[in-house]
Amino acid sequence: MKIFLFILTLFFFSSNLFSSESSSKNMPKHNWSFNGISGTFDRAALQRGYQVYSEVCSGCHSMKLLYYRDLLDIGFSESEVKSIASEYTVIDGPDDEGEMFERPARQSDRFVGPFLNDNEARTNNNGSYPADLSVITKAKKYGEDYIYNLLLGYKEPPSGIEVGNGMYYNQWMQGNQIAMPAPLYDESVDYEDGTDNNVEQLAEDVVTFLKWAAEPELEVRKNLGIKVILFFLILGIIVLLAKNRLWKKVH
Amino acid sequence: MSENPNEKRRDFLHLSTITLGAVGTAAFIWPFLKSMNPAEDTLALGSTEVDISGIEKGKSITVKWRGKPVFIKRRTQQEIKEAKEVALIELKDPVEDANRVQKDEWLVLVGICTHLGCVPLGQKMTDTKGEFNGWYCPCHGSHYDTSGRIRKGPAPNNLDIPPYSFLNDTTLKIG
Amino acid sequence: MSGKSEPRKYKNPFLNWIEFRLPIISYFEKEYGDYPMPKNCNYFWSFGALASILLVVLIISGIFIAMNYTPHTDMAFDSVERIMRDVNYGWLLRYIHSNGAAFFFIIVYIHMLRGMYYGSYKYPRELNWILGVFIYLLMMATSFLGYTLPWGQMSYWGATVITNLFSAIPIVGEGLKTWLLGDYTVGNATLNRFFALHYVLPFVIFGVVGLHVAAVHVHGSNNPSGIDVKSENDTVRFFPYMLLKDTLAVCVMGVLISAVIFFGPNIMAEVDNYIPADPLVTPAHIVPNWYLAPFYAILRAIPDKLGGVALMFASIAILFILPWLDTSKVRSCNYRPIYKWFMMLFFINFFILGYVGLKPAEGLYLLIARAGLIYYFVFFLIITPLMKWIEKPKELPASISEVYSGVENKLSSSDTQSNMH
Repeated sequence: MKIFLFILTLFFFSSNLFSSESSSKNMPKHNWSFNGISGTFDRAALQRGYQVYSEVCSGCHSMKLLYYRDLLDIGFSESEVKSIASEYTVIDGPDDEGEMFERPARQSDRFVGPFLNDNEARTNNNGSYPADLSVITKAKKYGEDYIYNLLLGYKEPPSGIEVGNGMYYNQWMQGNQIAMPAPLYDESVDYEDGTDNNVEQLAEDVVTFLKWAAEPELEVRKNLGIKVILFFLILGIIVLLAKNRLWKKVH
Repeated sequence: MSENPNEKRRDFLHLSTITLGAVGTAAFIWPFLKSMNPAEDTLALGSTEVDISGIEKGKSITVKWRGKPVFIKRRTQQEIKEAKEVALIELKDPVEDANRVQKDEWLVLVGICTHLGCVPLGQKMTDTKGEFNGWYCPCHGSHYDTSGRIRKGPAPNNLDIPPYSFLNDTTLKIG
Repeated sequence: MSGKSEPRKYKNPFLNWIEFRLPIISYFEKEYGDYPMPKNCNYFWSFGALASILLVVLIISGIFIAMNYTPHTDMAFDSVERIMRDVNYGWLLRYIHSNGAAFFFIIVYIHMLRGMYYGSYKYPRELNWILGVFIYLLMMATSFLGYTLPWGQMSYWGATVITNLFSAIPIVGEGLKTWLLGDYTVGNATLNRFFALHYVLPFVIFGVVGLHVAAVHVHGSNNPSGIDVKSENDTVRFFPYMLLKDTLAVCVMGVLISAVIFFGPNIMAEVDNYIPADPLVTPAHIVPNWYLAPFYAILRAIPDKLGGVALMFASIAILFILPWLDTSKVRSCNYRPIYKWFMMLFFINFFILGYVGLKPAEGLYLLIARAGLIYYFVFFLIITPLMKWIEKPKELPASISEVYSGVENKLSSSDTQSNMH
């Protein structure tokens, strides 16, 4: 009986078991502010991350599951969000004459993507499709750590390795070759709040933003989780006491 | 026997278990019920901003708000005068025109007849405006005046005024 | 209302009124109040209750997310994300549902493990076991259908692979597959009908669970010693003894499932399912959810397509006939010193099959899958029936009471205080 329980415990706690690929490399884990039982998002980092996304990534990557009004959650005011949204154009219509027309985006609109559709995206990127980034940290194994290491993982290919046409060498990409050129460099984005803008900081901020974009409920979720687990623990202890008291009399 | 302190303790344990259990069940049900409330995207569309700078005097536009048509009319001096001169006893649903507008020039109405829900005519220049120069509902013949009040016909109430505010001189926010 | 001629069973007149017209009050009293359970049942006996509670949680959470889900290929993925982001507490409902399903399988596997180890499938509970396997089959179907609904990459390709299996059937296969899909490939027709079926099957499961519980109550529950209840002394009333134990089990499960839902909601998820389905791009590794993995391993272990399908169905079908494969008169493996180890090995083997089922079907993994498959069938078809001739079971205790109070107390006087439990 004890052997079962041991095996079952192993089963329950080994997260590797639920993966479908074998990971031969050790993914370095970064210290994220949102990790842990009481993890939270650093609002300043989220805003800087959004800036990196909009200045660098949004040229090729859409985030269609986000609405401009979602930016209220990372500390922008309503007027800031309105002005951010109005910089983008949305196709609306048909109007009363039956024509489609363009108008500036509103808070209630989705993030405007760089391309009209997937085909246009592929044409403009040598046949590769720049993935939508709305849930990217949930769509990759190791999530935020993978993306962070990938962004910083561009290196010169080791001797003897030929990199294909239009491809770049990256330590963490499956197969080591990636169609996206290194998007971030030291000081490639200017931060207004004076934070150091070396490439590690840029990567950290944009990945924090991406994690929030994928899991905006994270802080509420963890908060509620603590309360729920505490509830079950307390109820469990009371029930245990009641049960022991009751069963003492059974011979 | 000396059961009493033990029994009391057991009763307390049972009582606290049941209470905690009941509280837990209620707390469990709560998010399910809350999830049926309008979602964030629905609420975001709960208000609409309209640019009213292009509307000429005497003209009226229709916009969609929460799935309903809203009439925004820029009234002429004549229409405003007509609306203010009506005596309250003549009205089925007596309300002063001043209580139905924030600025005399701008009349904002929910374009749904209070009888059985048709959309009254009167928005287009070619539409009939009914006998009171406002709107006319073709379904059962209700006539509304230049303040959107019911004057003749089966409708029981004046056309509803939605919540609205002027963000500035050229922008109206409905809802 | 003539209360005079009606039998007065209860002090409360409201209860009497109902009882006289539909005797559910006395029914509940009998089945969940006075119902005698062997007093030595350990916590493995709580897993049935845990499973029932999870089933109800799944149905309720499912109904509420169905209020916001759109079963159309163009909108399914986005509607699920809308639930996660815009619906109040939508993320909680969704994570309860997806992780609830995973825990449902964990609980049911442990429940089945208990049934096998303690011989609960033997006389007179064979039908109960069969109903249980039927529930398991329905669970597998329901979870497969449910997994396609988010319309992620794994949803689409998992559905494609599994429905392609039907085309392996000779002559009628291709037609059967097209009929099932409603199209030549997995598409909108498929998604819509999978949603309809996924919504309805849990209620079928609920009904079969009702039969399953009714069947148990006819002859009473089994117990870890496997011997029959001989007197009232061997039992305790369900209320409040076993109810409290079950409540404690619920609390433990509550802590574990909450830890997952709130702090690791995607640890059991396939990351590829967060990529919208693309019929033109096949993911590197197509895998079903982990709880179907052992059978997926068996499917892929056979190089022949039809052979793999046949063996996979056979591996589930064989569970139905277990009560007839095992001819031993001794129920509990606690008293079967040799079979016990084969049984444990079976569980470990099933687990290993699950592990390799999630890995690519090549090299060492394929070898292990084949070995596991062989042991799986050898266990049922050879080891189990032949045990009777190989094994001498341990001496069974005289009664449950004896087991409960422990061997040490056998020699002391009859009104001793209890020392265990």
